[in-house]
Amino acid sequence: MHRSLFEKIWETHLVARRADGRELVYIDRHVIHDLHGPHAFAKLEQAGRALRRPDLTFSVQDHTVATRPGRDDTTNPEGAPFIRAMRAGSGRLGIRLFDIDDPEQGISHVVAPELGMVLPGATHAVPDSHAATVGGVGALSFGCGTTELEHILATQVLATTRPKAMRLRIEGRLGPEVTAKDVALHVLALIGVSGARGHVVEYAGAAVRALSVEARMTLCNLNVEMGGRSGLIAPDDAVFEWLHGRPFAPQGADWEAALASWRELSSDDEARFDRDILIDVSDLEPQVSWGTDPSQVSGVSGRVPDPAAAAPAERAALGRALDYMGLAPGTPLAGLAVDRVFIGSCTNGRLSDLEAAAKVLRGRRVADGVIAMVSPGSTLVKRAAEAAGLDHVFRDAGFLWAESACSMCAGGNGDRGLPGERCVSTTNRNFEGRQGPGVRTHLVSPAMAAAAAVTGTIADVRRVLAGGH
Amino acid sequence: MEPFTRLTGIAVPLIEDNINTDRIAPIQLARKLEPDYRALLFLRDRQDAAGGFVLDRPQFAQPAILVAGENFGCGSSREAAVWAMLANGIRCIVARSFADIYRENSLQNGLLPVTLPEADARAFEARVVASDGATPFTVDLEARTLAAADGWSIGFDIPEADRTRLLKGLDDIGFTLTYAADIAAWEQRTQRAAPWYQSARDVRR
Repeated sequence: MHRSLFEKIWETHLVARRADGRELVYIDRHVIHDLHGPHAFAKLEQAGRALRRPDLTFSVQDHTVATRPGRDDTTNPEGAPFIRAMRAGSGRLGIRLFDIDDPEQGISHVVAPELGMVLPGATHAVPDSHAATVGGVGALSFGCGTTELEHILATQVLATTRPKAMRLRIEGRLGPEVTAKDVALHVLALIGVSGARGHVVEYAGAAVRALSVEARMTLCNLNVEMGGRSGLIAPDDAVFEWLHGRPFAPQGADWEAALASWRELSSDDEARFDRDILIDVSDLEPQVSWGTDPSQVSGVSGRVPDPAAAAPAERAALGRALDYMGLAPGTPLAGLAVDRVFIGSCTNGRLSDLEAAAKVLRGRRVADGVIAMVSPGSTLVKRAAEAAGLDHVFRDAGFLWAESACSMCAGGNGDRGLPGERCVSTTNRNFEGRQGPGVRTHLVSPAMAAAAAVTGTIADVRRVLAGGH
Repeated sequence: MEPFTRLTGIAVPLIEDNINTDRIAPIQLARKLEPDYRALLFLRDRQDAAGGFVLDRPQFAQPAILVAGENFGCGSSREAAVWAMLANGIRCIVARSFADIYRENSLQNGLLPVTLPEADARAFEARVVASDGATPFTVDLEARTLAAADGWSIGFDIPEADRTRLLKGLDDIGFTLTYAADIAAWEQRTQRAAPWYQSARDVRR
């Protein structure tokens, strides 16, 4: 029987098939955050149930936490009840919490891999739709709701149906300044926001192999935007080297034994996939979203589409998107004036993302009238960036150098734009109101965000770096 | 969880694709541990339309069924997008398809997700639109039918396990805990075969 990587991990973690046909899948690591944790803790305790494995469960504060330097519980007043309930609940249940002042605080999807909590071949769950981020190290991770979170707290298993298997082979070689974010946005444009629904997606192919471990996490992060239940990449030496020595990763003889087993983690050559898609990204240019869902994307040389030319069924939604975005059909994307730039989030808040932006910002200034902010994906990322002097690059360019949190990705911590503002952002969702009521979000890579900041417009970062802008 | 057997009430047409959970439950507008879930439902749409949003029209003041397009509930995993439905009396959503997490969250809360084949969906949507809140529709989960007040009805499919869970209002955690011995056995096996998965120790401590 030839099996895909996802099926191998699934079957290794299959505890039992419940009488109703649902499969009980063991969850090796469970990371909880402040937005949904408090409700699940309360429900668990009201039902009189115990937390099965506090030693495999971790808490972070990320969604409602302010990013202002010197922050405390009440810097974002709306966040204080969440932050305090998270702290109290984690304390009662004996869960290690990475609190707002912890030197390792940050966004769950950034913190878990960088501390080595998440391992190749492991299962992972987070009450957050971007859980698949850690598929970049070869873990199988599920985003879940609050009741499922409570279920995992009580049982350490997820009771679910088996997803289908999908493979996305991404071949070719990415050009300069074209990143995993651009690949993901391009795939979204091709297959749409429900193109992977019901499937676990394995990202494969030469272009994926060539990505850094952090870039692989960016690619997997956007899996949910195409509706996928999870997404992952077969781990290789780059992953093993990246994980080695991280504090929660196995050490010594355990590391050697783990490594031997991890080298077996790949899909069989003859594995069957319910869907198998092949794309070539050799000619891909940097991508920009122009609409209000993350599949409404074009290359930076593109123009705003014309609803009149769309299929009748899509015309109304397209018209509504352009209306919200304040865009006229046929307008070139490059050159659109920008009010705000945000760099950060679980999508693009890792050190390599900040480096890519800093490369554009060195020796340049944020354009007049543009408000630009960076919130590193974790406090460890922030420290590492500061050690490399990147904070000076951002500050000298005119960026606000903020603390780590989900920040303008979810708008849950007080960081948001103003109605009508055009915001170029490295985040994952351009939904209406996502970054504040009336804010018009354009999703891009960190380098493209930096290019927008310095030119005050949506701009092709390759031209900016070549001095052509 | 409250069992779901049969529901009769007003069906609200919101026939759009890709309605995301940020729209259904814009929690940014009501950042509280226990917000008013009734008011939260489509709050931004309601504010923007200033009374013109479908749920604010008088004939839909007591909704029971929501009718939507493809990929309903995509985006964020927030369960508030289900709780806000229940707080408004909506216990069934009929859509062309559901996002995976939303569908699961619905099942966990006794909110019945119904999908219909294309032709049936079109016929049902047309009747809901034509009724415009004037006549009730009935969802019968035991019989797996959707019916209009004039006697028109169609069947729908739902996985048997999901149907049973909703009909009985089963406690999913209690059900899984009957497998506690299997879970413990799995942990012991894994502890021997791949102990690094059963331990998440901080080596610095």
